Amino acid sequence: MSRRLVITGLGATTPIGGDVPTTWENALTGTSGAKTLEYDWVQEYQLPVTFAAEVAAEPAEVLSRPEIKRMDRSTQFGVVAAREAWADAGLDGADLDGERVGVSFATGIGGVWTLLDSWDTLRNKGPRRVLPMTVPMLMPNGAAGAISLDIGARAGARTAVSACASGVEALIMALDLLHNGDADVVLAGGTEAAIHPLPLAAFANMQALSRRNDDPAAASRPYDVDRDGFVMGEGAGALVIETEEHAAARGATVYAELAGGGVTSDAHHITAPDPEGLGATRALRKALASASAAVEDVTHVNAHATSTPVGDIPEYTAMKAAFGDHLENICVSATKSQTGHLLGAAGAVEAVLTVKTLADRKAPVTINLETQDPEIPLDVVTGAPRELGSQDQVGICSSFGFGGHNAVVAFRTV
Amino acid sequence: MADKNEILAGLAEIVEEETGLETDEVQLDKSFTEDLDIDSISMMTIVVNAEEKFDVKIPDEEVKNLTTVGDAVDYIANAQG
Repeated sequence: MSRRLVITGLGATTPIGGDVPTTWENALTGTSGAKTLEYDWVQEYQLPVTFAAEVAAEPAEVLSRPEIKRMDRSTQFGVVAAREAWADAGLDGADLDGERVGVSFATGIGGVWTLLDSWDTLRNKGPRRVLPMTVPMLMPNGAAGAISLDIGARAGARTAVSACASGVEALIMALDLLHNGDADVVLAGGTEAAIHPLPLAAFANMQALSRRNDDPAAASRPYDVDRDGFVMGEGAGALVIETEEHAAARGATVYAELAGGGVTSDAHHITAPDPEGLGATRALRKALASASAAVEDVTHVNAHATSTPVGDIPEYTAMKAAFGDHLENICVSATKSQTGHLLGAAGAVEAVLTVKTLADRKAPVTINLETQDPEIPLDVVTGAPRELGSQDQVGICSSFGFGGHNAVVAFRTV
Repeated sequence: MADKNEILAGLAEIVEEETGLETDEVQLDKSFTEDLDIDSISMMTIVVNAEEKFDVKIPDEEVKNLTTVGDAVDYIANAQG
């Protein structure tokens, strides 16, 4: 069953804003969320990377103390973003049939703070001190479960786990739930809270993180010749997706259509992207085909663009293969230049930004692009937001993850 | 060594921290499950925190006998003794 799907609510908590309006306003002007980390553990462990992009608003500002205590930080972010999206859709307190409401909420890593804090507790204080809530707090589906409880979703609560592709894959799993006829409304998104010394040390040892410790705000610089790695970010993004009939019946405001999505896997290398971007190309083509969109319909891409030396080029290669000569007519935003890389939440936050781009006909800027890599001749939005014009058009949001995961969604203006 | 009033006050702080209930709602005659709506996982968290606070052991098999706040206060007072 193919039903037209629309986006009716948006939520986000990111390094550049505690909600969607603030995040969007800052994304248009260009704001770095990266800062030096002021924690004792940075010095204690002599971390080679001393900065990251933490959320602009701590969840404790909006969640109750018992909620904070019973949720891992990653679930806290997810719940904050999900509640904003749900309220934005006008569904807070609405009389919905819970059996027709689903959740699809992703994470790359899950409750890593809880897991490692509990391990410290076990070693230092013994097993009796390990909190009974440890397992539901550390499990990767913790956010999906908490959100389903929050909104009374009984059509299924799914969790995509595909590293940095997770956020977009969650939207595609939501699309499947809706197309299968299993739900009329799905609250979808992704969350991540991994700014912890262990992932920082591990990503740094992979040579994946920028070492620009003396200038964090300039560290995330996709497509720039001097890019030297990604900047660890944290936060969550959430979207309310519903069938067009369901949205129309309740008179909901529609931001954009979720027109289609495509998932592929590289089977090339556990971390390195396929140098020819073949898997990414296939995902782009699948997304366009499932959206019944022509290449020429696409005006904008919110790219994965993590700012790693090796990652940004194959993504360009894939875009060139999928869009051909039309690529020169597509404007590209690399918003990780502002937010850092939110891992399993990245695709969800970038999908929120892509939807806002189409709704406002205005693409956000890429910061820190001083000398564009000649191997990546894309039309990158810099300096000021790009006006997109009033025609019907398609915007693409793509994410790629360790494991060889490629996930692409296509949104259409309404 | 804490007297029963001190144990009640300490327990009320632990319950507030875990559930968000006001400390003055935590009274001796209140049932953890019926009146305070505390589930088994929260109860175990409260027990573990009480063990640490009052330096006592509350075996898992005893926890089901602690129906009211007063039961817990008595148990802790005796265990301290």
